[in-house]
Amino acid sequence: MSNAGQQRFTGTTVIGTARLIAAKDLRVELRSRVLLNQVLPFALIVMVMFAFALDSDAVLERVAPGLVWLAALFSTLIMVSRSFAVETADGALDQLRSAGVPAMGIFIGKMMALMAQLVVLVTLLIIAAVVLYRAELSWAGSVLLVTTGLTATCGLAAVGTLYGGLAAGAKGRETLLPLLLLPVVAPVLIGATRATESAFGTRGVSTSQGWPWLGLLAVFAVLFSVSGAVAFGPLLDD
Amino acid sequence: MSTVSHGHDPATLEPVVDLCDAVAVLGSFPALAGVTMTVQRGEIVLLSGPNGAGKTTLLRLCAGLVALERGRGRVLGVDLANDRELVRHRVGMIGHSNGLYGDLTVTENVRFWGRTVGASESEIDLAVSRMGLDGRLAHLPVSRLSAGQRRRTALAGLVARRAELWLLDEPHAGLDAAGRDELDSVLKMAATAGATVIVASHELERASKLATRQVEVIAGQVRKVVAL
Repeated sequence: MSNAGQQRFTGTTVIGTARLIAAKDLRVELRSRVLLNQVLPFALIVMVMFAFALDSDAVLERVAPGLVWLAALFSTLIMVSRSFAVETADGALDQLRSAGVPAMGIFIGKMMALMAQLVVLVTLLIIAAVVLYRAELSWAGSVLLVTTGLTATCGLAAVGTLYGGLAAGAKGRETLLPLLLLPVVAPVLIGATRATESAFGTRGVSTSQGWPWLGLLAVFAVLFSVSGAVAFGPLLDD
Repeated sequence: MSTVSHGHDPATLEPVVDLCDAVAVLGSFPALAGVTMTVQRGEIVLLSGPNGAGKTTLLRLCAGLVALERGRGRVLGVDLANDRELVRHRVGMIGHSNGLYGDLTVTENVRFWGRTVGASESEIDLAVSRMGLDGRLAHLPVSRLSAGQRRRTALAGLVARRAELWLLDEPHAGLDAAGRDELDSVLKMAATAGATVIVASHELERASKLATRQVEVIAGQVRKVVAL
């Protein structure tokens, strides 16, 4: 076959595929409104329940950063489940692979869409923490908080997409996913909580103490983004 | 083992599928034990045979989804032993599921599949209209369609993907009589337009009205070929 012929049949590039998949996932979300109608209310209810359970302003203010990221983590489980349920409901994920669509593009696209939704969720959770738990935020803290939010959501989206793909074809995937995902994201929970504590100035911690934790989050995000992009194809084919 | 051939002029038409003594193994089980067959462009071939005979594995081999263990195999001129990935781009396979997104409309689904090969908007519109899905149907979410309409949407996705060889595993399953008639008419139309279709089906009476040849697969081998 000629080069021109080959070009015609090799489909879109990894980046093109990633954009296509991300746009499709976000369009599905806009139509179904699962984030708006189910995940956000769930995350806010978790925050309110913590407030009821702890019932002390002093304690709430101290644990607010951890509660934000715990609520984000639980919500991530729902979002990852949903993201792959959409793909497996009518065999679309199999169809994508059998059509020779690059797995790396599928991974990056699904990760980007998940990250976009997580950014919205975490922003609202932080606002809820400020309102419900009376957390305070300085200008320097805001910069750290935004950077932490973006890096942590990138890590959560990468590991969520990787393990979501792993669990997608398995029996009992709804229960398997939390078992696989929660232990792996422990570094994100710890790093993001410490960095957010610094941003809020909880327990007198300074903002500068949060930046090393951001390093941990960045390493985690890069590690899982790269390994996920490489491993996703063999994972789906198995 | 039988050789399947067709009456087209070999000088002008290279076979779309050309298998010679093809062996495919699933785990340690030889699902295909030496299949020899050729399929020419524009044909509709019916694969028949009991459950577990190897029909689906034969379709998956032609789709580049199963490795060719021994023998020789070319699909659309591409050697199955060398470049299964390229075969995957040019072949469309629909199994028991349609590969559609229920929250998206018919056009959005077809556009999504078309975009995986860089199809233009006019190609996508053409694919939708060729499957009789234009007008009001085009803007309905797939979750609100009948089973037959969903199957046609999946086929429109194959058209938009420019799939040259359609591999359909039990395409009539789950469809009512009207849906089956619709499916048959779009398959005939697709073959007329140049697509080659291989259908694995248990519904011999219906599928034999559609197909030009019937290939019977038993125990991983082609046992009988009947011109229809």
